[in-house]
This record gives sequence, structure tokens and C-alpha cells, in this order.
Amino acid sequence: MKDYSSPGTTGLVMHESLLWEKGKQGKKGYSLPKRDVEHYPLDKELARENPPLPDLSELDVIRHYTRVSQWNFGVDTGMYPLGSCTMKYNPKTNEKQAALPGFTNAHPLLPLQMSQGALRIMFELEGFLAEITGLHAVSLQPAAGAHGEYTGMRIFHAYHQDNSGTKNKILIPDSAHGTNPASATMCGFKPVTLKSDSQGVISPDAVKENMDSETAGIMVTNPNTLGLFEDHIKEISEIIHSQGGLVYCDGANMNAFLGIVDMQDTGIDVLHINLHKTFSTPHGGGGPGSGPVCVTRELEPYLPIPRVVKENHGYSLSSDFQSSIGKLHSFYGNFGVMIKAYSYILSMGQELEKVSQTAVLNANYIRQRLKETFRLPYDRPCMHECVFTDELQENYKVATIDIAKRLLDYGFHPPTIYFPSIVHGAMMVEPTECESKDEIDRFIQAMAQIAWEAEDEPNLLWSAPHSTIMKRLDETTAARHPHLTGDLKGPE
Amino acid sequence: MRYLPHTQDDFQVMLQEIGVSSIEELFSSIPEQCRRKSNLQLDEPCTEWELNSHMRKLAKQMPDWDECSAFLGAGNYEHYIPASIQHLLQRSELYTSYTPYQPEISQGTLQSIFEYQTLVSGLLGMEVSNASMYDGASALAEALFMSLRIARRKSTVAISKAINPLYREVVKTYFRPSGFRVLELPYLENGRTDLGPLQGEEDLAAVAVQSPNFFGCIEDLDSTQQKIQDLGALAVTCFSEALAYGLLNPPGKLGADIVCGEGQSLGISQSYGGPGLGIFCTRQKYTRNMPGRLVGQTRDKNDNRGYVLTLATREQHIRREKATSNICSNQGLCATTAAMYLASLGGTGIRELAELNRDKAEYLKEKLLEAGCSIPFSSPTFNEFVVKFPSNFDYEQTVNKNIIPGIPLGQYYPELAGHYLLCATETKGREQLDNLVKEVNK
Repeated sequence: MKDYSSPGTTGLVMHESLLWEKGKQGKKGYSLPKRDVEHYPLDKELARENPPLPDLSELDVIRHYTRVSQWNFGVDTGMYPLGSCTMKYNPKTNEKQAALPGFTNAHPLLPLQMSQGALRIMFELEGFLAEITGLHAVSLQPAAGAHGEYTGMRIFHAYHQDNSGTKNKILIPDSAHGTNPASATMCGFKPVTLKSDSQGVISPDAVKENMDSETAGIMVTNPNTLGLFEDHIKEISEIIHSQGGLVYCDGANMNAFLGIVDMQDTGIDVLHINLHKTFSTPHGGGGPGSGPVCVTRELEPYLPIPRVVKENHGYSLSSDFQSSIGKLHSFYGNFGVMIKAYSYILSMGQELEKVSQTAVLNANYIRQRLKETFRLPYDRPCMHECVFTDELQENYKVATIDIAKRLLDYGFHPPTIYFPSIVHGAMMVEPTECESKDEIDRFIQAMAQIAWEAEDEPNLLWSAPHSTIMKRLDETTAARHPHLTGDLKGPE
Repeated sequence: MRYLPHTQDDFQVMLQEIGVSSIEELFSSIPEQCRRKSNLQLDEPCTEWELNSHMRKLAKQMPDWDECSAFLGAGNYEHYIPASIQHLLQRSELYTSYTPYQPEISQGTLQSIFEYQTLVSGLLGMEVSNASMYDGASALAEALFMSLRIARRKSTVAISKAINPLYREVVKTYFRPSGFRVLELPYLENGRTDLGPLQGEEDLAAVAVQSPNFFGCIEDLDSTQQKIQDLGALAVTCFSEALAYGLLNPPGKLGADIVCGEGQSLGISQSYGGPGLGIFCTRQKYTRNMPGRLVGQTRDKNDNRGYVLTLATREQHIRREKATSNICSNQGLCATTAAMYLASLGGTGIRELAELNRDKAEYLKEKLLEAGCSIPFSSPTFNEFVVKFPSNFDYEQTVNKNIIPGIPLGQYYPELAGHYLLCATETKGREQLDNLVKEVNK
């Protein structure tokens, strides 16, 4: 009999062509308002022919996107244990609140007295994030995590210019996300790589050795990308501060710390948060995200403008901050995303601490149950994610990529693979707090089954996935002969 | 709490399996001095009912859009969003997925983005588009950085003062630590950019203009872009109203090197300014200098057509400090929305819609002139224009009547104090347009 307990991946899958392969001139998928003014022709030299876009009917468009969406795996489809991405459930009520017409139709340059609802949400959300992180002040302007990192590095730059003069280096551990060195470089800092120690964390000695008066500070990720708490963070912060540097924390992994760690007490000066990770807003297949930045009292004057301020008569936007690094977004950031995070925090309230407790419990449970099956490079209790490798499977010529692709046949999104790059063949598993024990058990069972197949029937892994609409894709040719734009005039 | 699924039993079994006696034990690696000293000072969890009523109350502190008519543009536009698009955006396979790292189960996102790249390139007359940037402002900043990478030894860029002042602010923030020079070009009496001051400038990597520009004026891109390239610089054209290119000659056709701007108009709600959509296009030969994600077409093992993220060697996760940008997440779902919108309109519909936008604005312009307003800039416009109301016109009082007659320009251009930037899109019926004119006539 069929095993209904595992999600599997079979079902009705429809084929679908590209939009322009279905088009036919004269079709219409849009209802235009009636013309109630005359036509004012534009100079011929300024006007174009009709744009070369396909004409489609409304149903053509509906079916097109309904079909292609069925080729996608989302959190609503199944467990998505993508490490450092915190693919938690995106509550539906958040979507509903963000879709209230009062917000969706609001122009960002409305007179302030007509924007009080939006400004209050932003002001209160800043307050919530300050309370949750322990830091003093918050800017919601950065549109994504990397944008938040960039904001943090700009604050470092501005602070040093005001104080000890320009500094040109920054310390970044080898386990950091690639966005860290890229963001620092955009602000004129040259990254100096710190090697993680044998326990998978940064050692104070390595920091001491590299920290000098030319160095602006350090970018740490805590918990780090191995899912480990940076044990020496306090001592490291002290070393950095004693030489006039600042400490930046990449908060991509904040889901482990809610209600538990006081980031200011760990010595952090600037922290960015991903609302689309920790605070449940959907990732949208690659955005829009939101990357608020939290800072100490000392760094508050540098936050981006405009800032939301509360005055006697209500909320207002102020750009009257002389030391500010300036503006980073056309308006105030991704407000629509902020509403969702605000709704989530109100829905969770004090129970946010249980989020982190459960997320850490789930990761440790997986670590414990699979540690005999896959190698754990750092065999110690983890925070919200754990990292395995393919070392035991290498004997059978099976690699992480094969394990990941085979997992698709079992109906699970694979973990983050080959990251952090300091671990050979890494598989970084982050279950989040949202998965039930039953679902996690099914995932563990699938991983164990795959390990057994690796030994016994490795071909099943090499040729995986088998039940997805596409089989493995040729990424080499895609990069060698980039085909980035379709031919609007004909079939591909 | 409904988002936390474990039962008490589950907790016990899991703790036992791990070999600890309490959850607190799992956090034992965190030193006491790093821990919170008090519980979170947040309220009890809201029920869904409480949340609904709280959020409704906040939404009511925003204008009632059935009663209010706002003539606001300046980078964020009111356009009708078809119900079909709002419906499709609820496909959770699209909105609850991550960046498509596993192409075999992400073809929905990948094909949608490939289609987006293609449609947007077609709209702007360009060869290549990326998978999107955060917004128009950061897209412009990144375009200027990209020009400097291409030009190598040059260190100056010039931007028109008729570019949206909010975008110029962002460019300044991005450029401050870079050591590069940003020149600002004045605007002419007719509202277009004056390239005159660039004569003899030899260090120019790029010159950026906006069309339609902040004043709504359509720049003469044919000659402007040519003049810029004659100076040995790249022609960067930005925009804040993407819909204009349903009607206007696209910058790509007129030779632009980089075209970037804001795509919010393409089916994305206004949402108090974000999320929007940073559109970024260039010529084929500059592809490898582009920031951001790119989706490319390829084949799978069975020779089926499929899509993958490609040219990742430009990007931060491979190149780290040598990447073309630090961008990682972009505005994926907004890009997909724009593609849905463009597909719904088609080439025929977008032309018709764009004409209707211009006609509404022209009608309003004509009636306001008759009512004694002056229009300082003579260049042709799309759906926005600058106006000076007669001296007896009371802006505040009009706002109090739920008519918002444009954005005061004095805050951005002191020399234009008393002038307003007005926008009229297809959403404004003749009656609303006439009502604004009546206020001026009073």
C-alpha cells in the first residue's frame, strides 16, 4: 500500500509555455477605465510603436501563473530547513493586515496628519525591535539584510570619521555570509579574514592578533553560520572597543535569541535583523525583505533619515539629524513588510521567547538523531541550526549535492548546501520552531533512508531528483552562454 | 500559540532524546552576562480578533480612499491593480518560497523572473535586465557604481538636478565613502537637463538623466544620450514612472547604456513607499558588470527547457569582497507582479493605458491654465507636471477637503517655492479633475 505519511512529490503537473508563446495581438487581460477626456497627441519624435509585449486574455494570465506556481516549493508546501534562512511559517493574518486599503493605497508623501496610522506602526515596530534586541534605537529603512549590513558599515564609517579619523580595515570571520565582506567593501573597508578556531568560533587571540588602530571593527554573526553561539563574544567586543573599534552583528540568525540574549550586553554596537527571517514575513522567492538596523545610544545620531518621531500632536518624520549617514531608500523602506512583522510581534507577544526555545530544541533534536548517520564537524550542542557533512557518504562517491537532490524526491526542501564554505560538503539544517515533531521525524527518516541508499543504491542519488518537473539543470552552459532575455517575437 | 506545534509530550520526548533535562540546558553555552535580565516587555499575545480590530483602527488613521483624491506622484503612483493580479499574488508557492537555489523545485519563480527580465527589456528597449533591485533610488546608485567599474580609471559621475531629489539623496549616501565625485547638472528653463557644464569634462564615467524627469518633463533622450556618449561617458537613463514607456520612445532604442528606475507603477501597491521594484537593464556587453541576480535559460538532463540563477561569479556569495554589489535578496515577488501586470496589459493595453494617463494630465493642465495657474516648464510631460497656483489658492484648506493638490516643491528646490508637482493617472475621473480646478477657481 502507498505510504501516505511521507509527502512525496507526485501530483498533477501541467506544462506551460512562456508568456509570449501564448500571445495573440488583440487579446486583452485588463479593464481600462472609460475615456472621459479628449486625446492629446504627443510629438511623433517622442512616441514609440506599441511595446513588444504579448497580448493575453485574463484567463491566459491566471492559468499561466497558476501552473508555473505549481512547479515551486514553498513553506506552505512542505518543510523548508534551509539553514540561515529561517523559513518559518508566514502567518496569513499578517498578509491580511498588510492588504488593508488604508495602507496599500497610501502615498508616501501624504501630509503627515493623513499618515498617522502608518507612522505609528513604524514607531512602535522600532520600539519592539529595540526591546527584543536590547539595543537603543532602530531604523527600518534598509530594504533587505544586505542593505542593513551596508547601513551598519556606513554608520561605522561615519562614526570613525567623526571620532578617530578614517579607518580602512575590518575583521570578518571566514564563516561569514558573503554579503558581509561585500557590504564592508562598498564602504571603503578592506576585509581581513579571521580563521574560526577548532571549536567553530572566533578566538579572542585571533582578534587580538589582527586588531589595530587602522581597523574599524569587526563583523560577527551570532549565532554563527555553524549554528554555534560565539562563546567569546563579550571578550572579543572588549578587545575591539579598547582599540577604538566597533562591533557589528549580522542578525540573520536572531531566531535563536528572542527573549534570551541581550545584544547590547554582548558588546554589539550595530545589529541588523531580517524581518523576512526572524519575524515571519514571506521571502517572496527572493524578496521583498526588510533589514532593520538597531544601534546603541552612542550611534543613534548616525541612523538614516528621515526618522519617525513622536511629538505632542502625533507622529512625524524628521530629517533634522546632523550626523545621519543620509537616506538609503526612495522613501522609508519596505513598509508593507513592516506591517507583517508588526502583526507577528503583536500575535506572539511575550511568547517570542518560546519561538527561540522551540527552534533550538528542534535543531538539537535533528543533530542528535542524525549524528550517527551524517558527520557532525563540530559535535557540540547547537543553537537554531546544525551543520552536517557528506564525509561518511564520500566512501560511496555520493556528495552533498546528491543528497540534497534526492531529498526533493521525499518531498522536503534541502538544507543550505556547501555553506559555510569552511566546512567541506556542508549541509546546514534549520528546522525553525514551526515544524511539528512528526514532520521533523519524517525528515529525519528521509535523511536516514537516503544515507542507506547512498550505501546500497547510490545511483538513486546520482540521478535524483526523479519526480520533479525538471531534472538536474545544466548550470555550466547557462553561465558559459548566458541566455537572459527571451525572444518576444517567437518561440525559444 | 497556533504557530508553535509541539505538545507537552513532544517537548519531553525530544529533550529526552537530546539527553538534557530542560530547554534552558540547551542554552548553557550562553554566558550569564550576555543574557537578558528581564522578560520581554511585550504584551500578552493578541488573538486574531484583537489584531484585526487594532489594525483596522490604525488603517482608519489613513485617508479613506473613497473620499479622498490625491494628485501625488514623485516616484509613487496610483494605478488600478486588476483583481486577477491580487488573486495570483496569493499563490503561496510563489510568496512562501526562498531565492531559487534549487532550480528543480523553483521553476515557477525562475520562469517568472526570466519572463520579467524579457518583458522589462522589451518595454525599455534594452538587451538585458537583472532580476530586480530594491527600488529606483538604489538602482540608480548601483548603475553609477557599475559605470565606474566599466570606465575603470575615471572617478566622476554627473547627475541631473531634474532627477528625483530623493534618488539624488540616496546616490549621495552611497557615494560619500567612495572617493568618487558626483556633479549635479542644472535644469534649463524648459524643465529639461542642461548638459552645458560638462563641456571639457574628461573624467566622466557616466551621466544620468531621468525621463520623464522629476518635473514630469520628457527629456530629449535622442540628443541627450548621444551628447553624453560623445563626452566618452556612459548614458544612464533613470525613471520613476515605468508606465510612461507604454507611450514614450524607450531609452534603449535611443542608445542608452544603462536604464534603471522604479517599477512600482506596474501593478504594485503604493504601500506608503515600499516595497517597490528597482528595475535595472543594460546592454549585453556589460552583463558581467551588472549587480544583482540573473536568471538564464538552459536545459535539464532530459533536454527540457528550464531556468537557473546564473553568472553568480559576479555575486557576493561567491566573490565576497570582489563582488559587483552586496545585493542578495531583491524584490522577487514585486518583479513577478510587474510581469503579471505587463502580461495582463499586453503591448496594446499598455499603450492605451499610457495614453489615457497622459490625456488625463493634459486635460488637467489645460483646465488649470484656464483657471489662472501658470506652468513654468514648457517641455512635454507624461502624467505629472509642475504648476504654480494663483496667489489666492489655499493648499491647506484644499487638503482639509480631502483633495491633495500635489507635492510642494520648495522643500527640494528653494527656487521653486510656491510650485507644486501634480500627477493625474487613469484613476482620476473627469469629475475629480474638475473638482480640483473648482478649488483653484474659488
